[in-house]
Amino acid sequence: MGKLYRWLLPHPALTVLLAVVWTLLQNEVSAGMVVFGVILGIIIPIMTARWWPDRPQSLRVGKMLTYCVLVMWDILVANVQVAWIVLTKRNADMRPNWVVIPLDLRSPEAITILAGTITLTPGTVSADLSDEGHSLLVHALDTDDPDAVRDEIKDRYERRLKEIFE
Amino acid sequence: MTLQIIATYAIAISLLIGTIFSLVAGIGLLKLNTAMSRLHAPTKAGTVGIGAFLIASMVHSWTFADGSFHELLIMGFLFVTAPVSANFMAKVNIHRGVCAPPPAPTNDDTWSTLNVPDADIEIAETET
Repeated sequence: MGKLYRWLLPHPALTVLLAVVWTLLQNEVSAGMVVFGVILGIIIPIMTARWWPDRPQSLRVGKMLTYCVLVMWDILVANVQVAWIVLTKRNADMRPNWVVIPLDLRSPEAITILAGTITLTPGTVSADLSDEGHSLLVHALDTDDPDAVRDEIKDRYERRLKEIFE
Repeated sequence: MTLQIIATYAIAISLLIGTIFSLVAGIGLLKLNTAMSRLHAPTKAGTVGIGAFLIASMVHSWTFADGSFHELLIMGFLFVTAPVSANFMAKVNIHRGVCAPPPAPTNDDTWSTLNVPDADIEIAETET
């Protein structure tokens, strides 16, 4: 039974995601479309299973949703702050700076989400990863103290991602 | 009828917010003076600006027509793809050396963009 389940649903989260995206693409919720979405969600993971290097172990969905809400809120707040900086500060007063973040995260998915989060929150753009993937290079638009930016990102986002993925 | 009036105001306010943030992003793109700083401007338009436009579109379609979920998909795809293009532009800046050189990473030897194989360095030297 467990074996059949694993063969049929090698990646349950991907199945759900594909079904939801298919239903949204149709722009109407009808039984036929949902069933077809689920069929697609079962067939596509089975056909593409051999190209995944490995699959994420266990995702904590509740913590993931909390993280999404937190990031949305940060995006709103930071947008207003950066808009204010852009409109009022002169270029000569601006202090763009590089920030180096040593990573505790190891799974590629988690690092990707961390880099995406950093870019989406205005004021910081993730620029590069070190050659063996243990540090992240971030560019900050206006900061006096790169260490404070580093500590905030580590405490606010990386710690939560570590709880979600590991 | 009152619902439609409230919705109209909500749409107008969302459009206004979206316009303001898009305008600020455009001003930033013109005003900021270094290549890396300019990269910060479009990430703003991509999140709150377009998000507000999509909220306006959703409210409009749900009150005056059948309703539509496509905006959620647009938002999702945008949030997934925007950081990737920003990352590639940042990598090009580092590669061409138009920005201040980044400090050395704390845990590894070098940044992956600057990690050029010896063979490629030789090719670049013979071509120039």
